[in-house]
Amino acid sequence: MEKKPKIIVENLQLFYGKKQALSNINLTINEKFVTALIGPSGCGKSTFLRTLNRMNDLIDNVTIEGKVKIDDEDIYDSYQDIVALRKKVGMIFQKSNPFPKSIYENVAFGPRVNGINDKTRLDEIVERSLIRSALWDEVKDDLSKSGLSLSGGQQQRLCIARALAIDPEIILMDEPASALDPLSTAKVEELIHELKQMYTIVIVTHNMQQAARVSDFTAFFYVGELIEYDRTTKIFTNPSLKQTEDYISGRFG
Amino acid sequence: MKNKIIGNAAVVVTGLATLLIIAVLVYMLTEIIINGKNYLTWEFLTQSPTEGMTAGGIFPAIVGTVLLVLIMSILGVPIGTITALYLSEYAKRNSIFTKLIRFAVNTLAGVPSIVFGLFGLGFFVQFIGGGMDKVFSSPDQVMWAQPSILWASATMAFLTIPVVIVSVEEALRSVPQDYRAAGLALGATRWQTIRKVVIPNSISGILTGTILAIGRGAGEVAPILFTGAAYFLPHLPEKLSDQFMNLGYHVYIMATQSTDVEATKGIQYATVAILLLVTFTLNLVAVLIRYKIRKKRIT
Repeated sequence: MEKKPKIIVENLQLFYGKKQALSNINLTINEKFVTALIGPSGCGKSTFLRTLNRMNDLIDNVTIEGKVKIDDEDIYDSYQDIVALRKKVGMIFQKSNPFPKSIYENVAFGPRVNGINDKTRLDEIVERSLIRSALWDEVKDDLSKSGLSLSGGQQQRLCIARALAIDPEIILMDEPASALDPLSTAKVEELIHELKQMYTIVIVTHNMQQAARVSDFTAFFYVGELIEYDRTTKIFTNPSLKQTEDYISGRFG
Repeated sequence: MKNKIIGNAAVVVTGLATLLIIAVLVYMLTEIIINGKNYLTWEFLTQSPTEGMTAGGIFPAIVGTVLLVLIMSILGVPIGTITALYLSEYAKRNSIFTKLIRFAVNTLAGVPSIVFGLFGLGFFVQFIGGGMDKVFSSPDQVMWAQPSILWASATMAFLTIPVVIVSVEEALRSVPQDYRAAGLALGATRWQTIRKVVIPNSISGILTGTILAIGRGAGEVAPILFTGAAYFLPHLPEKLSDQFMNLGYHVYIMATQSTDVEATKGIQYATVAILLLVTFTLNLVAVLIRYKIRKKRIT
């Protein structure tokens, strides 16, 4: 498939107070591909992920320099509407976090806050989102059941459905399977394969095999720097740098 | 061996301390009920005091206390809740401004209630009330610059606001940060996230905390001494500028100011029993609300 840039990151720096967490990141993320971010704990990959939908804004004392362009618009420009940005860039968290509401209400939350209240349209959106997140067949009989009554894997797919319901173009996933058993993990990975037909996906993972299985491109982070970024096949078979090779083969990290 | 002795001693000491508290409570309640039970009649609840408070009922004091609690809640609960929302949801955790607010809230919570009473007299009755009289009343008429149920309620509201702030903030903070992140990541604004996620998930804590704070205020006497409580009134308060009778104050008056203190003793116990009943009822309501909302959320 042809590469088309969706997100362009230029000279991105991020500081927590005075401590630098990301230094000089330059990277282009391609549309409708899966890009994996790997690296040891504390290397800045999750922080980087959160700069893409400005979730770092929620933390006091964060300073960000440089540019993050999505479809050629710098999301850190002062006129940017953060709410609109977050509709375009959905996010899945490490710990599945469905609201203590029904399955239906969980998925309908995003459309509702965006002003959709028509019952037929909501029904449609809920069904479509649950089908896309491969959860529909398991829950269609009782959508009024609490989202918290589902199993861990189902909860995470519910969160994916909830994110899909606002029609994002990009989906950020922060270790979406790290708390799941192998079977549920396989389901989520399968889902990622399906979703990349329609969405640009950026995924943080600690699991090398997972990165190799699900992603098309891989970025290796180390102490706040982007060390190497290439096609996943290249990174995992023939990385350019010794440091990358060491990490992937498990010699450190 | 030594550890075992210390361990056993700890059980005994903590157990005894607990027992002591329960014993005091039981003793107090029995004392009140035994001494007051002969006076607890329907007439006692529905009639005014007569014969220098040595006979009759406490109806005006019950009405006064309920009105005081109501007006105090209308004034204080919204301010307290809104401040708690600001502190929990909007304020930056470590900014100097936030620390200042917190310092103010904690200090306010520690101020003795008699100080609130004096503050109420100086600020509400004389300053605000005096100002209102200048604007609204005819030159020689004093309408607002005197103790009234409004100023007593306002003083009481300031006493309960810190308690409301602390308990509501605690309830809001018990909502996992994950829920807020999820709401915001779905394109909800901060206010939408608060309204649709944070408040629904903490409403039982907010309500019970508020009711407990009100219950605490309901029993206070010092703040209303100079700001509105009346020794004896032949009629019920009809407007906000009227004085009122109050259960706690009524007990104090009977015990210290009555011409025949001995004769009022039974009435004092019965009045205290009713005052306790009012606060217990408030607590019970809090428990019931919590129970009901929990049950609804589980199913």
